Amino acid sequence: MTNPYFPEPARIVRKYELTKDVRFFQVRFIDTERALSFDYKPGQFMMFSIPGTGEAPFSISSTPSRPGLLEFCIRKTGRLTEALFRLKENDEIGIRGPYGNGFPIDAMNGFDLFIIIGGLGAAPLRSLILYSLDNREQFGRVHLLYGAKTPADMLFREEFLELIDREDVECLLTVDKDNSGKWPCYTGLVTSLFNRIEDIKPENTYACVCGPPIMYKFVLNELVKLNIPKHQILMTLERRMKCGIGKCGHCAIEDIYTCMDGPVFTYWDVLHMKELI
Amino acid sequence: MRTLKLKKGNLDTFLAKISELGELWGPRKKGEVYIYDRIDDLRDLVKEPVITFLPIKKLFLPPRFQMLHYDGKIYEENINQFEQRIVYGVPPCEIHSLLIFDKLFGLKYKDPYYFKRREKTIIIALSCTPSSACLCKSARTHVIEEGFDLAITDLNDFYLVWVGTSKGDDLIRAAPELFDKNVTQEDIQKFIKWREVRDGKFKKSIDFVTMPDLMDLNYNSHIWKEFAEKCLSCGACSMVCPTCNCYDVIDEIELGDNSVNRERFWDSCMFKEYSMVAGGHNFREAKAERLKLWYTHKLKSFTDAYKKYSCVGCGRCVITCPVDINILSVVEALLTGKVDKDSLLTEKGK
Repeated sequence: MTNPYFPEPARIVRKYELTKDVRFFQVRFIDTERALSFDYKPGQFMMFSIPGTGEAPFSISSTPSRPGLLEFCIRKTGRLTEALFRLKENDEIGIRGPYGNGFPIDAMNGFDLFIIIGGLGAAPLRSLILYSLDNREQFGRVHLLYGAKTPADMLFREEFLELIDREDVECLLTVDKDNSGKWPCYTGLVTSLFNRIEDIKPENTYACVCGPPIMYKFVLNELVKLNIPKHQILMTLERRMKCGIGKCGHCAIEDIYTCMDGPVFTYWDVLHMKELI
Repeated sequence: MRTLKLKKGNLDTFLAKISELGELWGPRKKGEVYIYDRIDDLRDLVKEPVITFLPIKKLFLPPRFQMLHYDGKIYEENINQFEQRIVYGVPPCEIHSLLIFDKLFGLKYKDPYYFKRREKTIIIALSCTPSSACLCKSARTHVIEEGFDLAITDLNDFYLVWVGTSKGDDLIRAAPELFDKNVTQEDIQKFIKWREVRDGKFKKSIDFVTMPDLMDLNYNSHIWKEFAEKCLSCGACSMVCPTCNCYDVIDEIELGDNSVNRERFWDSCMFKEYSMVAGGHNFREAKAERLKLWYTHKLKSFTDAYKKYSCVGCGRCVITCPVDINILSVVEALLTGKVDKDSLLTEKGK
């Protein structure tokens, strides 16, 4: 009987600062064959294990279309992330996964993507963005709307700024406030960008949302007004998890487990299960 | 299923014989309560059916155990060291709790800690007659068809023995001379009579199939807040409930060699920290929300692995909760919209 709780040895390949309290981690399985054959879906997550501190779940920010390295952007918020921030490049950690349902990539084939990010929500959605750019023929139009507090708080800022010039993706970036006066994009809430997207074909659109809880209320409202079907509005959620594999109970919402039935849910799920957001 | 008869005086001989095949476990008296324990002296074993303080889950998922050991370089597991056990005296409601756990811990990822112990444990179920808190007939868990190796029904003059598995058959083969294959029409009538007597003894009942609707309708009801005002968040309900599976994990650093033990221990959704994520946000800050989750699982639906309600009607929450928040008082409140303020809504049963 294999033990699904067993962390696999991996190495931190690169680690650098994205914002003041968020670090980018590039991680690689030590076993080369495992590193190259490891497959996952955008929206899935991994459990990180640091002996003496414990385990915690993190969304994968990289895309399976670029195998070999796994990428994560992690904010320092608790004991495990503090320990993780102390680790250096080339240090070993344990990882296991991938877990969770991920985005329904097959069902989304041929659809337009309407990706809406608030703050740290870029962590799981960057995976979907990169995946859609690497598999451009699988999708219709790709819109990306990202709102952060300030330019300094925007994750992968340079990466997303470069997308603005690309023709195969429409990338709109906004910040609540810009004290520098040098911000080249929009100012205001992410919802204020909605009317800049023209000719949305709601029946043929998957909206994918991730951000702070406060953002969902406004964004979901706007998406429903656009007549995007409720089951085509997707969001990825956060819960406390100890196992990641549907046993420990912590991420239970009514009779589902976020780690198994989520973390990607539809707007219908949210209406159906009252405790979701 | 094969059925045999065992003479009353032969049970001890049989148990002595099979204890050569593995560690014998079963209910034993400890202070005021009964506990599942290892039996070294057959005189300590309670042969009559009893409801133990902690349910059978403690034999398969101990309250605290080591999952992994990290020696500074690699993780090690120790899941291949469990002794062969034979557990006597498991009531039907708890057999059903194990069937639920088999699904939950087997869904997609097999939990090796649970299943290794399950594989190494032979179960002798024991039919019982209900005490005042028992609800197994309502929960349809008073009858068992699987999940045991042998099942014993005490029909006063003799024991009726049901052979559920090949492992159960091995136990019979250890002392075949003690068993009588000849179950007569008269014996069958005795069994039917026993069943009627048992079924007539239930003091309480819950119409479980009607509860999911009431849980939905009462989602915003004031009853949850009223229960929350009484609830001590002690988690005792989760500890004694045979279908509460939640656990927490902690890394313990060994002094001296800096090796790490990853330990797993029982947790409860009644505890405030249960749904708290890093950064301090708590998805179930309010006690009422936590109570609602507990009763959603017991009365409405319990996870993908087991869509039904998970209450097996053992009555432990009725006996244990110090402020009488239990399956009976919650169902009563769901039906009437009122929470009994005087606490002692239900008679205490043992």
